[in-house]
Amino acid sequence: MEKTVNNKAWFMVLPVLLLVAFTAVIPLMTVVNYAFQDSFGNNQFFWVGIEWFQELLSSERFHDALVRNLIFSFSILAIEISLGIGIALCMPKKGWGVPVCLVLMALPLLVPWNVVGTIWQVFGRADIGLLGYFLNSLGINYNYTQDPVAAWATVIVMDVWHWTSLVVLLCYAGLVSIPEAYYQAARIDGASRWAVFRYIQLPKMHSVLLIAVLLRFMDSFMIYTEPFVVTGGGPGNSTTFLSIDLVKMAIGQFDLGPAAAMSLVYFLIILLFSWVFYTAMNNIGTEKKHYAGEE
Amino acid sequence: MARIDLDHIRHSYLPTPTSPSDYALKEVNLTFEDGGAYALLGSSGCGKTTLLNIISGLLTPSEGELLFDGKPVTELSTEARNIAQVFQFPVVYDTMSVYDNLAFPLRNRGVPAAEVDQKVNEILRIIDLESKAKRKAQGLTADEKQKISLGRGLVRSDTNAILFDEPLTVIDPHMKWVLRSQLKHLHKQFGFTMVYVTHDQTEALTFADKVVVMYGGEVVQIGTPDELFRKPQHTFVGYFIGSPGMNILPCEVDGTMARVGGHSVPLPCGLDPKKQAQKTEVGIRPEFVKLGGAGEGLPLKVNAVEDIGRYRILRGEMEGVALNAIVGEGMSIPESPTALFDPTQTNLYADSWLVSEGA
Repeated sequence: MEKTVNNKAWFMVLPVLLLVAFTAVIPLMTVVNYAFQDSFGNNQFFWVGIEWFQELLSSERFHDALVRNLIFSFSILAIEISLGIGIALCMPKKGWGVPVCLVLMALPLLVPWNVVGTIWQVFGRADIGLLGYFLNSLGINYNYTQDPVAAWATVIVMDVWHWTSLVVLLCYAGLVSIPEAYYQAARIDGASRWAVFRYIQLPKMHSVLLIAVLLRFMDSFMIYTEPFVVTGGGPGNSTTFLSIDLVKMAIGQFDLGPAAAMSLVYFLIILLFSWVFYTAMNNIGTEKKHYAGEE
Repeated sequence: MARIDLDHIRHSYLPTPTSPSDYALKEVNLTFEDGGAYALLGSSGCGKTTLLNIISGLLTPSEGELLFDGKPVTELSTEARNIAQVFQFPVVYDTMSVYDNLAFPLRNRGVPAAEVDQKVNEILRIIDLESKAKRKAQGLTADEKQKISLGRGLVRSDTNAILFDEPLTVIDPHMKWVLRSQLKHLHKQFGFTMVYVTHDQTEALTFADKVVVMYGGEVVQIGTPDELFRKPQHTFVGYFIGSPGMNILPCEVDGTMARVGGHSVPLPCGLDPKKQAQKTEVGIRPEFVKLGGAGEGLPLKVNAVEDIGRYRILRGEMEGVALNAIVGEGMSIPESPTALFDPTQTNLYADSWLVSEGA
């Protein structure tokens, strides 16, 4: 097909370009601007080059937060993806159970982040919280304000509780799109339950899983509100993720330059990982390159 | 390979069917002989696929019994029945190679690798996909995918029967013909019992030795293509088979004469006076309607004449009822034509069922 060239078309996209410029590009440029300067209040700025970046990349505080973030993201991905697939497989495909399950699944997704944090903060307390009281009465010393392991467990379980539903709903959408004939053919072919999963259900869930992994990675890597409400980044720095650290730096210490530099690095890391996931999962699914010669 | 008997099979998709209309499949008694090639023909929603799924075990019938070689199999699972089935839309395992797709049913049954290889290569040759054996099934054309589906149905040599559920719907016309001849050839070669569901009469008539015509959840006629053409047992068969279908005209019966409108048509047989019929009709195929001049037969109003090459189809009506005739090449259509019926090819229907001679 011939492309129609009409310069008037630019006027059509102009509103969107302006909107994106004001909401994304200009703020980002401000951050870029700050990242190379130092300020002493009174709107006085001094050019410092890449000093903030050098400082950041060699800072132990940054490394620790990054490692914590990676551990957190990969843990919740491993749990939420496998749990999500499992629950989606168990959900009914038709009948009155479908709307019931869907509503139950959607409920956690409707709770605002800070409320989720508050729920778990109270839920986990040893004195008034159901979970905390129960665990302690079992003889398990559970106190997320003092014990890093308990704090981590709480933050991870909280995220799993909040977001597994998303993976479930995505997987379920993938599963119900599989025509009945596939299952019938599998029965005719004498396929085992595992083979049905491996060769029919998993391939059909591939694209929704890609979305699920990307969304959950990005979201969990940027997690702020829930751990901030529950643990405040503690005990010590044990649950201080990059975002919490960033806010401390930018708002708490008002170090705009280093905070801007960190924002940019943070952004690039998320972009890089998302790209890696996307490419890797696309390749697993199709392996088109290998056969390109035959096309 | 086995003989398949359906004994008083009924099926309803409702949990507690009450009236006959609740049944997708009204009582069916049917035998598919070992090694026969059958077609199940009928319009959409007549219960063909339901019947097929009952045979393969994807559905358990509400009532009745299914027997393979005299042994009841109604309660057996699909796997245990050892049936191959090909579906209307291609089912391929996207992540597997073409070769692995074909090997899948064999490997699941623990067939030794050497035998798998030999069978799969044989099928690859038949479906003409040898050159693509190693590539993934994903991204193949619909034709190729359906060939793989067909191949998976044919790869097992020990199946009791191979069932086809409108397998060529997605295939383009040229390939349809090729694949159908190949199926026919395979049938001759290996003697599988084959049941082929279709709503396409050409497909049914060319593929099968015997055609089972279904209508509204019932089997209305089982017969060879010729029987279906000459002696349709039910007006539906008359309509459905043939192009255009049989002319069906309401009539009153008077001995061995039928009164159509104000005109008399001779019949091969009369009506049994003991049987009361709500409605009587004469049926005649357009092929056996001859044209005469004014006063010779039934007055015919010509609506259209379609020239389709080797003959013409005259679309007409007689007192508001459609009446078609096939006019051979070189035959002229008179100014005010009348229709003459060949008495030996005229059928009488009482309440839509054929009144046969001597009955």
